[in-house]
Amino acid sequence: MLRKPQEESQIMSRELKYFQAINEAIDLCMTKDATVYIMGLGVPDPKGIFGSTLGLQQKYGSARVMDMPASENAMTGVAIGSALAGMRPIITHQRVDFALLAVEQIVNQAANWHYMFGGQMRIPLVLRMIIGRGWGQGPQHSQNLQAWFAHVPGLKVVMPTTPYDAKGLLVSSIEDNNPVIFIEHRWLYNTIGHVPEEVYRVPLGKARVTRDGNDVTIAATSYMVLEALRAAEMLATDGISAEVIDIRTLRPLDESLILESVGKTGRLIVADTGWKTGGFSAEIVTLVAEEAFSDLKNCPMRVTLPDCPTPTTPALANHYYPRAVHIVATARKMMGLSVDKIVSDMATSVPLDVPDLSFTGPF
Amino acid sequence: MDNLELPKETYKSIYKTMLRIRMVEEKIAELYPEQEMRCPVHLCIGQEAVAAGVCANLSRNDYVMSGHRSHGHYLAKGGDLKAMMAELYGKATGCCQGKGGSMHLVDLSAGFLGATPIVASTIPIAVGVAFGSMMRGQQRVTVIFFGDAAVEEGVFHESINFAVLKRLPVIFVCENNLYSVYSPLSVRQPEGREIVELAKGHGVESYQGDGNDVTQVYKMAEKAIRRARQGGGPTFLEFKTYRWREHCGPYYDNDLGYRTESEFQEWKQRCPIENLKKNLLRDDILCNQDIEDMASELEAEIEDAIIFAKESPFPEEQHLLEHIYAP
Repeated sequence: MLRKPQEESQIMSRELKYFQAINEAIDLCMTKDATVYIMGLGVPDPKGIFGSTLGLQQKYGSARVMDMPASENAMTGVAIGSALAGMRPIITHQRVDFALLAVEQIVNQAANWHYMFGGQMRIPLVLRMIIGRGWGQGPQHSQNLQAWFAHVPGLKVVMPTTPYDAKGLLVSSIEDNNPVIFIEHRWLYNTIGHVPEEVYRVPLGKARVTRDGNDVTIAATSYMVLEALRAAEMLATDGISAEVIDIRTLRPLDESLILESVGKTGRLIVADTGWKTGGFSAEIVTLVAEEAFSDLKNCPMRVTLPDCPTPTTPALANHYYPRAVHIVATARKMMGLSVDKIVSDMATSVPLDVPDLSFTGPF
Repeated sequence: MDNLELPKETYKSIYKTMLRIRMVEEKIAELYPEQEMRCPVHLCIGQEAVAAGVCANLSRNDYVMSGHRSHGHYLAKGGDLKAMMAELYGKATGCCQGKGGSMHLVDLSAGFLGATPIVASTIPIAVGVAFGSMMRGQQRVTVIFFGDAAVEEGVFHESINFAVLKRLPVIFVCENNLYSVYSPLSVRQPEGREIVELAKGHGVESYQGDGNDVTQVYKMAEKAIRRARQGGGPTFLEFKTYRWREHCGPYYDNDLGYRTESEFQEWKQRCPIENLKKNLLRDDILCNQDIEDMASELEAEIEDAIIFAKESPFPEEQHLLEHIYAP
C-alpha cells in the first residue's frame, strides 16, 4: 500500500513560499513554547536569512531572536548547554559550509550526550543549514554534506523539499528531543506551495511518494526531487511510468517505503544533491541491494554530483549539476531505450546557474 | 599560605574532601592493574586542592562541568562514589550505565552536569548552561574546570568572549599543571606570557593563584562565585598545580624523561593535603586521632564502593541500541 499524502487531498487555498513556511514554523513554535529561541549570524539583520527569520526579533525580542559572535563551534556548545538547562535552541547557518566550524560540538557532543550519559541527558537542538547552488557559489558556499551528518548515530537529518514539508518538518524538529540537522536548499527558497495556517507536524523518519509510477523508482533528496518530478514528466511522454520518492528524512531513514516502491517497480535511481563517492545515494542503493536484491530487474543507478569541488564559473557549473535530463537518460538506459536524443538535448541555452529567472544573485 | 583564615568546620570539610579524592584515586591506581577497570583513567593526585577549594563554595543547585581529568571535580561536587566506581568498572549501576566510563562522569542530582574528554569542548557547553540558567531566571552559578592546554583551543576564546558579552554567571577554572600529556608549556605557549594574561585580554576578571594552597583557592573562588551570583558576570581563575602520576593510567612516569624527578619531588613537597594537615594539627583544628578516624571511615566507604562496583551486573546486550535517541 502506498501512502496517499493527506496534504494533497486538502484544498490548496493558502500558498506560501518555502522561506515563508520556515519563518511561520519558527514563529508558531516560539509562540507556543517560551523555551524556543533562535540564533545565528545575521538572524535579526535586514535580510533575515533570505527572509526565513524576518520579523521574528520584532515579535519576540532580542533575547530570543539573537545575532551571535562568529563563533560557530562555541555557539553550538552554548546551544547544547542551554538545552541542558531546559531551553530549545535553533541555530541557523546561511550555508552548510559555515556549520563545519561547529562539527566538533555537533558530532562529539550533541550526538553523543543522550547515549553516553546513559539516557539521562537530552539535547533538543535544531541546526538549520542552507545549501547554496549556482551563481558562482563555488567550492565553499555550496557543499552538500548531508551524508556526513547522516553517518552519525544520535543525529537526525532532515531535508525538506516542499513548503508544506518545510513547515511541518521544522515544527517536528523543534519539538524533537534530539539534535536535528535541518538542511534547506537555497534553490527551494522561492518555490511556492500549499501551507496550512495552523501548527501541523510532518513526522521525522517518513519519506513520501510524490508521484506514483510502476516502471522505475526515483528516490531523491531536497532540490533533486524537483528535477526528478520533471524527469518523470519527460519519461511519461515515452511511456515510462516513474515513481518519485521524496526521502525527506535521511536519518532515521524510511526504509520500508523505499523497499515497497522498488518491490513494485523493480528499478531504482537515486538522485541526490551530493557527491557520488561515500554519498547518501550509496546508502539507499545498498539498502535495496541488501534487502530487496531479488526484486531488482536492473542494477540500481545514481545521479549525483561528479567527484570534484564545485566550480565557480557558470561555464563549468553547467557541467557540474545533474538535471532532469540526466535522470531521464539514466532511466531510459535502464529500460533499454536509446539515450542519443536525450544527450543532445542536454546542450541548452537557458542559464543553469539560477533556480528561475527571478533570481539575480548575489547569494 | 600557612595562616588558616577560614572557619574550622570549612577546613575539616575541605580536608576530608581532598583526602577522599586522594584515597579514591590511590585505590583506583592500586586496582587498575587487575584490568577490571577497562577504560582510560586520568588521575588528579596532587591537584585535589583546586576541586575541593572551589566546590566548597557551591551549593547543590550550582553546576559543575569538567574534562578528561574529572574524578576530583565529580567527588568534590558531591557526585555519588558508588556510581562512579561502577562506571569505571563498566557496570549497569554506573553513573552512565556503563556507556561513559571514567571520561564521562555525571551526577545530575549533585549538579555535576557532565565531563567529556575532548580538550576545551565542555567549556562552551558550561557557558551555555549558564546562559540557559540565566534565560530561565534561575540563580545558579556554573563552574567549568579545564587544563592549561584548553586555552590553546579556539573554542575557549570563543566561549569566554560570549560569557563576557552576556555577563554570564560562569567561573572558568584553569588547572595549570604545566603539561599536556607529555608536552610542556614551553612547546605550546610563548615564554613569559601567563595564561591569566591571555584571559584578561578578553575583558574578563582574571586572577592567578597557587593551586596547591587550598585556602587561596577557596578565597579566590568565593569572591568569583559571589560576583557571579550578584550579576557581576564571569571570572577566570588560573591555579598552578602539578599532576603526580602519568597523564593517563595508574603509574608514575618520571622515568620517561619528559619531566625531571627533581621537579616532581619539589611539587610533592607542596602536597596540598599534607600541608593542610600539618597546619590543621598545628592549630589544633584536628588531632591525629581525628585524622586516623577520618581515613578509616573513608577507607570503609571506598571499600564498599569497590565491592558494589565489582558485584554489580554488566549491562545486557539489549542495552546496546538503547538511548540513541531521546524519546
